[in-house]
Amino acid sequence: MKNNQMKGWLYLLPALLFLGAFMIYPLVDVVVYSFEEGYNSASQTFFGTGLYNYSYVLHDPYFLQAVKNTFILVIFTVPISTGLGLLISLGLNSIKKLKDLYQTVFFLPYVTNTLAVGLVFMILFKKTAYTDGMVNLLINLFGGASVDFIDGPYWAKMFVMCFYTIWIVLPFKILILTSALASVDQVYYNAAKVDGTSKWRIFTKITLPMISPMIFYLVITGFIGAFKAYSDAVALFGTDLNAAGMNTIVGYVYDMLYGNSGGYPSYASAAALILFAIVLTITCINLLVSRKNVQY
Amino acid sequence: MKVVLKDLTKRFKSRVKGDPDVIAVNDFDFEIPDGQLVALLGPSGCGKSTMLNLICGLEKPTEGRIFFGEDDVTDLPPENRGVGMVFQNYALYPHMTVAQNIMFPLQNLKGDQKLSKEAMSEKALEAARLVQIEQLMDRKPGEMSGGQQQRVAIARALVKRPRVLLLDEPLSNLDARLRLQTREEIRRIQRETKITTLFVTHDQEEAMSISDMIVVMKAGILQQIGKPQEVYDDPVNLFVAKFLGTPAINVFDGSIRDGKLYVGDDCILDVGDIPDQEVYAGIRPEGFIPDENGPLCCGLTGIEVMGRDTSVVSTHPAAPGAIIRSIVSTECRIDTSLPTVRFSVKPYKTLIYSRDTEERIRFRF
Repeated sequence: MKNNQMKGWLYLLPALLFLGAFMIYPLVDVVVYSFEEGYNSASQTFFGTGLYNYSYVLHDPYFLQAVKNTFILVIFTVPISTGLGLLISLGLNSIKKLKDLYQTVFFLPYVTNTLAVGLVFMILFKKTAYTDGMVNLLINLFGGASVDFIDGPYWAKMFVMCFYTIWIVLPFKILILTSALASVDQVYYNAAKVDGTSKWRIFTKITLPMISPMIFYLVITGFIGAFKAYSDAVALFGTDLNAAGMNTIVGYVYDMLYGNSGGYPSYASAAALILFAIVLTITCINLLVSRKNVQY
Repeated sequence: MKVVLKDLTKRFKSRVKGDPDVIAVNDFDFEIPDGQLVALLGPSGCGKSTMLNLICGLEKPTEGRIFFGEDDVTDLPPENRGVGMVFQNYALYPHMTVAQNIMFPLQNLKGDQKLSKEAMSEKALEAARLVQIEQLMDRKPGEMSGGQQQRVAIARALVKRPRVLLLDEPLSNLDARLRLQTREEIRRIQRETKITTLFVTHDQEEAMSISDMIVVMKAGILQQIGKPQEVYDDPVNLFVAKFLGTPAINVFDGSIRDGKLYVGDDCILDVGDIPDQEVYAGIRPEGFIPDENGPLCCGLTGIEVMGRDTSVVSTHPAAPGAIIRSIVSTECRIDTSLPTVRFSVKPYKTLIYSRDTEERIRFRF
């Protein structure tokens, strides 16, 4: 028995070593850093311990801007992308011809490199010396004035950011929802048809509850994903996000570590832990809501 | 409400291009009298379920008409036909309670038919009482046994008081004990409500035991309609004879010579003036009488005693590869030490079929 236990631990050892070295140790270290005041990574020294790092971060206008941006991003992109994903999957599910083609088309963004997509968005939205960008050409066509989406007003930049995020997360949601819809047994629809159930009632009373576990899975992962947004902002607005006013929380953490104003692992750690607390809270709320609403 | 099917045909396009269409239901023509419990019986894939879907309105017939009473319902959608359907795996909505499931059809009603909440729960309770599940109203389908789910499905089908109730393999998902119980239950519910009921099954015992009438079909073609006992005693062709009865009918290669039925070299019956020909001789298990001087000599394999009666297992050269199973009363003592057993046969339990057409050849006895 004892021998077997030893063996068991031995088998677990490689995984435990890697997890410990690359997951648990850094996690603990982040917590430790966040309480060390005036930590200098070159000399590995610090003045004292306390909550100063948190206080600094929470009073930093750049951080507050990043929090605001992230929240706007989350609030707009998660519901819109999930709703849009559901609509498109319903559409895909109800057509027979060209279904595979459309499925492939909708899935393309998922396999396309973020930066390549960013480039395409530049062509669509960026104002250069030669052109105002394709979207502006369209706006001009309908008689509107050009808007500078990349270096212009905050709402325009936010719009591009949200648009981009929705577009990039949509394929995964469509993929999951299409398979969820396909897995609803046809016999339920037959039963509903015999009873003369209207299309809308079938959707709200049968289809939606049946796929609700998947919808909540998408909402929860969507929230977490949107809170962790960073590369999308870089792809659109370049690396100096603070100057563009489009930084995200993860972007702020990165800048604190490696950016031009970087070299402050303590501030970065504090910001990262604040993000962690936000995500944890939101996810807990999500789970509570879903437990009430996902009935099966 | 009587149900009349006129020249009903349903063809499905073959999935393979160029192949001929699959004919699931071929020129069906019959009438179900009002208030009867009818079993649609046939082997798997013979078109029974398609038939049910046609009557229910989930499928449109390629040709032919369907009447409920005097109304032509062929072009009506299911909800306007007044049918209730119980699906094979019940199709209860897993996220709704029993009460919500039963009420679901009522909530679909529109316009004048719309009911108040109280009226709906009243009706749901009434249907639940009929199938005796009123104490389970707050359960969800996942928390119930198969038999209880079955009852809920029946209650849901009955709650709108349909003109015709359709059941697709209602007992196939239940274990043997529950199956016996539930079929009695279906019979009782049908008697109480007097709703014309059609149920599909591949189990002949199920069909025979509770139905007023059975409809036997094979490969989409109607074989025989009648009261269960009539069809059993008087099957029109070899397929029906083989399909009904457990243990199944014993089929021998036989021939008719000079008005006598021969099985191999044994002359077992006088059959009157039938022309000489090759035939199949089918003898029901209960058609054998152990008789030391009987004409039919079989190689004895063994005896299975089942309490009420005894099953004699034997072989015969005229039935190559088959096991002859005969049921005799326990009073008959059969000497198992002998290599053979001799029987005489009951003429009204012996059925003769043409070797070519497998159609019945009737004889006087």
